[in-house]
Amino acid sequence: MAGGAPGGASKSEIYKGNGPRLLLPAWIFIGVFLVAPVAIMAIYSFLTKEFRGGVIWEFTLAAYDQFFLDRGLFGDEPPSIEWTYIGIFWRSIWQAGLATVLCLLIGFPTAWFIATRDVKERSVWLFLITVPYWVNLLIRTVSMKFLIRDTGPLNELLLALGVIDTPLALVNTNFAVQLGLFYSYLPFMVLPIYAAVERYDFSMSEAAADLYASSWATLRLVILPVVKPGIVAGCILVFVPSLGAFLAPDLLGGAKTFMIGSLIEEQFKGAAGNWPFGAAASMILLTIVMGVLLVHARAQTKGER
Amino acid sequence: MTSTAAVATANAVEIDNVVKRYGFVTALHGVSMQIGDGEFFTLLGPSGCGKTTLLRCIAGFEDVSEGAIRLHGQDIAPLPPHKREVNTVFQQYALFPHMTVLQNVSFGLLRLGWSVSDAEARAKQVLELVQLGQFAERRPGQLSGGQQQRVALARALAPRPKVLLLDEPLSALDLKLRQAVRSELKAIQRETGIAFVFVTHDQEEALTMSDRIAVMSAGHVQQIGTPREIYEAPSNRFVADFIGETNLLDVTANRVSDGIAEILLPGGARLSCPAALGARAGQGHLSLRPERLGIAAPGQGQLQATVEDHVYLGTDTQLHTRLGSGEALVVRLQNGAAAIPERGARLGLEIEAGAARLLSD
Repeated sequence: MAGGAPGGASKSEIYKGNGPRLLLPAWIFIGVFLVAPVAIMAIYSFLTKEFRGGVIWEFTLAAYDQFFLDRGLFGDEPPSIEWTYIGIFWRSIWQAGLATVLCLLIGFPTAWFIATRDVKERSVWLFLITVPYWVNLLIRTVSMKFLIRDTGPLNELLLALGVIDTPLALVNTNFAVQLGLFYSYLPFMVLPIYAAVERYDFSMSEAAADLYASSWATLRLVILPVVKPGIVAGCILVFVPSLGAFLAPDLLGGAKTFMIGSLIEEQFKGAAGNWPFGAAASMILLTIVMGVLLVHARAQTKGER
Repeated sequence: MTSTAAVATANAVEIDNVVKRYGFVTALHGVSMQIGDGEFFTLLGPSGCGKTTLLRCIAGFEDVSEGAIRLHGQDIAPLPPHKREVNTVFQQYALFPHMTVLQNVSFGLLRLGWSVSDAEARAKQVLELVQLGQFAERRPGQLSGGQQQRVALARALAPRPKVLLLDEPLSALDLKLRQAVRSELKAIQRETGIAFVFVTHDQEEALTMSDRIAVMSAGHVQQIGTPREIYEAPSNRFVADFIGETNLLDVTANRVSDGIAEILLPGGARLSCPAALGARAGQGHLSLRPERLGIAAPGQGQLQATVEDHVYLGTDTQLHTRLGSGEALVVRLQNGAAAIPERGARLGLEIEAGAARLLSD
């Protein structure tokens, strides 16, 4: 670390001692755009709420108290555990986890297919994967609602085919939210896996087959472990934003499908807002995400040994 | 001429008129050969000659378009690669980076249903054979190129295949290491008694290691024989040119019978020399090995030439000469014995026994 260039590979005298100076822009960027906002959020979560939004500079644990403890309507009953918000968090984790699994199940074969095409054909497929994402996420999510509503194309098709008699009520269900999440984040799964599979040396698959491994054993014992970094990156890139998503649950879900993102959004929007409570919920979400990433990092370094 | 070939009791591999087409391109045009049990057999040829394609057909990574490949008499066409009792050492090794050396070497055994303890014991034994016993717990990324090459060899040898296929396994090593590994590989082959099918484009590698060599070019087998047969009695122009250095002269053969040709050399001298199978009287190509040409005083010897240049090669010196009739001819002289003629000197050339051979086209 001491004075070494990033990566530590350069032994050139010219760069010796320049490490800290060269890192300065990165440090400034991280400080201004990451550390400072998180610090502001952390501080706000311990302040007292002002009724029309904003805060009063008085220290209190009220926001966290409200999140975890139920003290009755007038706040004078003995505290018991408040399940509302924990329930919302649990549902969010569950939905984000399911979206991650679905994205992996669809994304891995897709990435594999693209990475095994000719070089020219690959760029066409990659381009096609990204095309829908040139349209704003809001518009895509609203369009999804139109597709699955009672009089939308999906229900009309199923009715016409005689599969169903009455339209399926899909909007405002967990299914709709899941569909929105899955659709929004699928390319974040495909692209890192594609990058990993593209680097994969297919002579390893031949070596495995040569050493009596069936296709299934080759996938399980050679391909998956070798492309694992891409899979893990894809899962993180899908899970983390799904956990905090608010567009899909807001537009496709209803009161019963409330997720963390919508909960936090509501606290900072309009007169009903409660900034310290929103900040506290954000801090709790951040803690969960950090926890997941730490567990993964720990597992990764153990695996290396 | 004695051959060093191991006594082949049975054929490990029979390749019977194999044709391989990729769309409109034909990579193998009806190739046939028999590889004996315990034989070190080399497929030699320039890149694109089909040698690697043939190896991949034996391993099962490619299907043959026509013909059959038999392993100990059994047609293996219907078997996928993982059901063929052959193992491969890949050119770039294709080691599994996420496994230790020991796990790499025991991989095949575990797939065959061996218990973990048996597989590890066998893997350790093979690692000892390739002198990597102390590296069992390392990962491939922590090993040098030469060590990785030996892991690849150990991994392929561990399941005791009937035939070991080696796809240019030495090409990624530097020269010194390559020479050391050659003799090691040969020793391991003798010790294990497994038939080796070795693919290379390096004729020196082929000559030093093989019991027999199949020289291939453009999807055809040009000649199959022991290294000595291939070098001393090349059957055609391609083999003579590809194996070692040679001079090819356009000559007229007056008569060819019983494998002996009567040749009229440029300059008018006559020569009687062996003829390859298929060589006919008339216009033909004569191969003259540069190291079997001697120098003589001008006017003596069968050919008259002028020295144009020298190339010093350490043990030898190459003389680039030109005949009176205009053809260039290379002569290779050992350094130290006699004075090397100066540039511009005129000299006679003696064609020693075994230097000349009339080729078929």
